[in-house]
Amino acid sequence: MKNKKFRSNLITYGIVIAAFVIVQALQNAGRLSSLMTGMLVPICVYVVLAVSLNLVVGISGELSLGHAGFMCAGAFSGALFTNIVKENLTIGPLRLVLAMLIGSAVAALFGLAIGIPVLRLKGDYLAIVTLAFGEIIKNVMNIFFIGQDSNGFHFSTKDQFSLNMEPGGKVLLSGPMGITGTPKDATFLAGVILILVTLFVVLNLMDSRTGRAIMAIRDNRIAAESIGLNIMKHKLLAFTVSAALAGAAGSLYAHNLATLQAKKFDYNFSILALVFVVLGGIGNIRGSVIAAIVLTALPEMLRGLSNYRMLIYSVILIAMMLFTWAPRVLEWRERHFGRFLGKKIKEVE
Amino acid sequence: MADMLEINNLGISFGGLREVDDFHVNIRQGELYGLIGPNGAGKTTVFNLLTGVYRPDEGKIRLDGQDITGKKTIEINKAGVARTFQNIRLFHQMSVLDNVKAGLHNHYHYSTMSGILRLPVYRRTEKEMDERALHLLEVFDLAGEADYLAANLPYGKQRKLEIARALATDPKMLLLDEPAAGMNPNETAELMETIRYVLDRFHITILLIEHDMKLVSGICEKLTVLNFGRVLAEGPTAEVLHDPEVIKAYLGE
Repeated sequence: MKNKKFRSNLITYGIVIAAFVIVQALQNAGRLSSLMTGMLVPICVYVVLAVSLNLVVGISGELSLGHAGFMCAGAFSGALFTNIVKENLTIGPLRLVLAMLIGSAVAALFGLAIGIPVLRLKGDYLAIVTLAFGEIIKNVMNIFFIGQDSNGFHFSTKDQFSLNMEPGGKVLLSGPMGITGTPKDATFLAGVILILVTLFVVLNLMDSRTGRAIMAIRDNRIAAESIGLNIMKHKLLAFTVSAALAGAAGSLYAHNLATLQAKKFDYNFSILALVFVVLGGIGNIRGSVIAAIVLTALPEMLRGLSNYRMLIYSVILIAMMLFTWAPRVLEWRERHFGRFLGKKIKEVE
Repeated sequence: MADMLEINNLGISFGGLREVDDFHVNIRQGELYGLIGPNGAGKTTVFNLLTGVYRPDEGKIRLDGQDITGKKTIEINKAGVARTFQNIRLFHQMSVLDNVKAGLHNHYHYSTMSGILRLPVYRRTEKEMDERALHLLEVFDLAGEADYLAANLPYGKQRKLEIARALATDPKMLLLDEPAAGMNPNETAELMETIRYVLDRFHITILLIEHDMKLVSGICEKLTVLNFGRVLAEGPTAEVLHDPEVIKAYLGE
């Protein structure tokens, strides 16, 4: 039992590391198009996003549609930090690590603050409210102006001139125009490390006392209560950890962009993350990783097929859906890969 | 001997309907007590009142001298009441072992962080939990299926697993809601053995709801019969089952 879980987790880490090695080899051989090179960090961001959302949707069993909001909070706080310290702290990797930590801390606070009221809701109601909160975070970021001069920080929600800065002060965040001039600290390596950290946190959490409680509550809330599990505490924990990981991903994302604007983090972004989770298999962490990689890289790789691109993309969406959900396919997978996957879905009579 | 469970004047209404009225019972430590009655008599409602799913309109519930009236389900479980459900409620997508380990949650501790970081305390505690859980599964002859998903167990074993999970919370009092429902005569006979064994082995007190009269007369020392939310009869099993009122209302002439 223990060994099987362990082996299954190793395969998941292995897939990520293998993908990293292959991409690095291709890059060194000059076989990677500039388009694909540009996609590497976003792919890492999407993978982290999908895995962290799966913690809420698959492991905790709550449909959340506001994931982009937490990513937005992480992106802006991380980018702000970097822009404040960029003159004094010139070591890129260190700056990025700090920015990701700050991004995840801020996103975790948002997760906690939003989770306390909304996790009392269930199902469709929770989905709608999280969708709304995601949009609220985006819109709040959209109206903020922050500047810095020798007197310290200036805030406004009106425009740049209302900041009342002395001449020479720099504008850090200018409302809908967002944050510009963030150094491009994000690298593919950083992205892969963030994926591995995310997998480490989520997979180890699942296989611990807390993770068991979270899944027990998902499977049967009334029974979970009857054996003394604190429902709210565990739901909130899953939600907050998920938000924190999305925040770190957002911070990484921000350090890959010349201009960071809040409007990027609209509900489409949350839906996209949900598509990765659903097509990869709800509750299946490895599936989320693969779905995020395939579904992000594919449209770009199919660019050469011009008009047929979207057609093929949709066919692949359907194929993935069948692969993860169709009972016959599941049976087939069990028969052929059961011993590698380490899942025992054997019927006993 | 002192009473393990003492209920007085318990009542609840849903809208205008008096679901349970003036329910009372005294169960001694180590007793195996039965609660029977026709469908809709309010038996499961009594369980739900006892475990904090519903808050009683009036009455007192004392467990081992401690007042647990109107407390929350979690607190009542921590005070020492565990239950099973009429319609089985397992953690279906978790393994059989993990179902029991979830029941051990409040008895073994390490922080979430040390779980994620796999600190030595994690390994040590998980090992202890595994041993304890496997031990409980052995009692119910489920150790061989520890790795299976709970959903894939046959019906009779699911019922047993639910009892094992309830026992994992180390209760003083175990409430069984129709444990033999849907079982064939062989399974029921085996279940009776197990219940008796559990009673001796874990030093607990059991209150059970059951329709299977063979099981009830076979293992319950005392009975309370509910009818339309009120106590119709109570006392030693043999006496109650020969009560003309009980025969008329429930058993049939």
